[in-house]
Amino acid sequence: MGMTMTQKILAKHAGLTSVKAGQLIEADLDLVLGNDITSPVAIHEISKMKKEGVFHKDKIALVMDHFVPNKDIKSAEHVKEVREFACKNCISNFYDVGEMGIEHALLPEKGLVVAGDAVIGADSHTCTYGALGAFSTGVGSTDMAAGMATGKAWFKVPSAIKFNITGKPAAFISGKDVILHIIGMIGVDGALYQSMEFVGDGIQYLSMDDRFAIANMAIEAGGKNGIFPVDDLTRAYMKEHSHKEPVEYVADEDAEYTAEYTIDLSQLRPTVSFPHLPENTHTVDESSEVKIDQVVIGSCTNGRLSDLAVAAEILKDKKVKKGVRVIVIPATQKIYLDAMEKGYLKTFIEAGAIVSTPTCGPCLGGYMGILAAGERCVSTTNRNFVGRMGHVDSEVYLASPAVAAASALTGFITDPAKVISPSEVTGPWND
Amino acid sequence: MQAAKGSVHKFGDNVDTDVIIPARYLNSSDPKELATHCMEDIDKDFVQNVKEGDIIVATKNFGCGSSREHAPIAIKAAGVSCVIAETFARIFYRNAINIGLPIIECKEASEKIKAGDVVSVNFDTGIITDETTGESFEGQAFPPFMQKIIDSEGLVNYINNSN
Repeated sequence: MGMTMTQKILAKHAGLTSVKAGQLIEADLDLVLGNDITSPVAIHEISKMKKEGVFHKDKIALVMDHFVPNKDIKSAEHVKEVREFACKNCISNFYDVGEMGIEHALLPEKGLVVAGDAVIGADSHTCTYGALGAFSTGVGSTDMAAGMATGKAWFKVPSAIKFNITGKPAAFISGKDVILHIIGMIGVDGALYQSMEFVGDGIQYLSMDDRFAIANMAIEAGGKNGIFPVDDLTRAYMKEHSHKEPVEYVADEDAEYTAEYTIDLSQLRPTVSFPHLPENTHTVDESSEVKIDQVVIGSCTNGRLSDLAVAAEILKDKKVKKGVRVIVIPATQKIYLDAMEKGYLKTFIEAGAIVSTPTCGPCLGGYMGILAAGERCVSTTNRNFVGRMGHVDSEVYLASPAVAAASALTGFITDPAKVISPSEVTGPWND
Repeated sequence: MQAAKGSVHKFGDNVDTDVIIPARYLNSSDPKELATHCMEDIDKDFVQNVKEGDIIVATKNFGCGSSREHAPIAIKAAGVSCVIAETFARIFYRNAINIGLPIIECKEASEKIKAGDVVSVNFDTGIITDETTGESFEGQAFPPFMQKIIDSEGLVNYINNSN
């Protein structure tokens, strides 16, 4: 029996010639990640271990991104604890205010993950790096502690679902629409314990930012990881960002999949997830009655440069609807700077939006855009659970940057085509 | 291996980690403090009603969402002795094992057990007994490797003992 792409990476890292679904293995790790919420718990756990120190000072990344610049005394104490741990253990990839970005945008940008790597992170959206052809998955703080100490983690080898992406994207269709459509189709536990393997000739039209957004939300379908094949676009991205040597894996032709789905990009409509589960999807055409109070454009899903570009193209020389608060959050310092140089930040500010330094803040209801009872937000983030962005009686609608920007102009969830012609917005539909 | 016995708090599908422990409390990692907000956004009376040894029973995909280990930590520190569900989200599943919070998967038990029933769980056999109705269910036993982590009361002890 052949192996999937994920299974091949896991076999290699476990020192085995082959593995099969359900098998328990111990794998060597190329990178262990934590943030300012999960790392303090991991540091407490690692202090209980007999083994002193960390397995490799260059293979640990500690990114202070959730509550920074620190929102209160308690979170400041947490970051101080991580800062001291990083210093004591000479962790080379410690990212504090000034260098930090939202972890899953930052690590690929810094070249810390490449194709073929096996990565764990104490953050559920660690699955983002599957866009690069790596195996990466979210774990908790104790797994992170064990990973930092030993450089290893235990895994149950996942079975896989194949998603065959075909066609060329219709107007305004982004990676976010693709993954929301998939989650709507299979449900929030549709890929439980499994890998989501994306293949097909439609992938050529998906930018790296689109692929990051898709892999990022594999967890919202319950997936262990999401993974893309490596192509010329991936190779060019890795060459630009990393000095590490990638290893490309290709699924065997006789690899086994528990299910297969085909997604024709030319047939998709901009998609919105209604409260309070990401699977509760509707097309934008079914969403026009929803009046909103706030728009958030950012996060590890959609805070990258092309996300800000499409939002800026839609908002250029226009004003956001009075009464709607629009918060734009570039995901990293580099994206912030690039967006400034390209004039996007000026566009946002002139339109009446605010621009924040990188933070996860509003996505998880931490700070920087908390909702009051009864308020609604269209957000490019990844979760719309009860109370996710604030009060338990507030509501989050998940959408693409294009839909979020269009909605900012009207005060209702809006099809971007109603406020701008597709030909005026950069995208594969114009090529 | 310990057994669990207690009265049941019942929940439905897709109980996410944001309602188990909302992010506004994640500026703390103190189990006792986290326990005071456990399940707050899905059942604000849970913390007042839960007693030492009580059991949570839920249906599909319990613990979905964030990787925050604060979720099983809050449940354990609130006094809950076991979580029974049809399925668990995978990161929650790992975290519960890694911190020594007993969990067990059983579709039939998750459907038939009612709020307030007194339930006992034998982790060696995987047998779940609803002592209120007298009905028994066979839960999914852990593979030996995971059982060793649970028997060591968590991953850190397991690694310490095996080196």
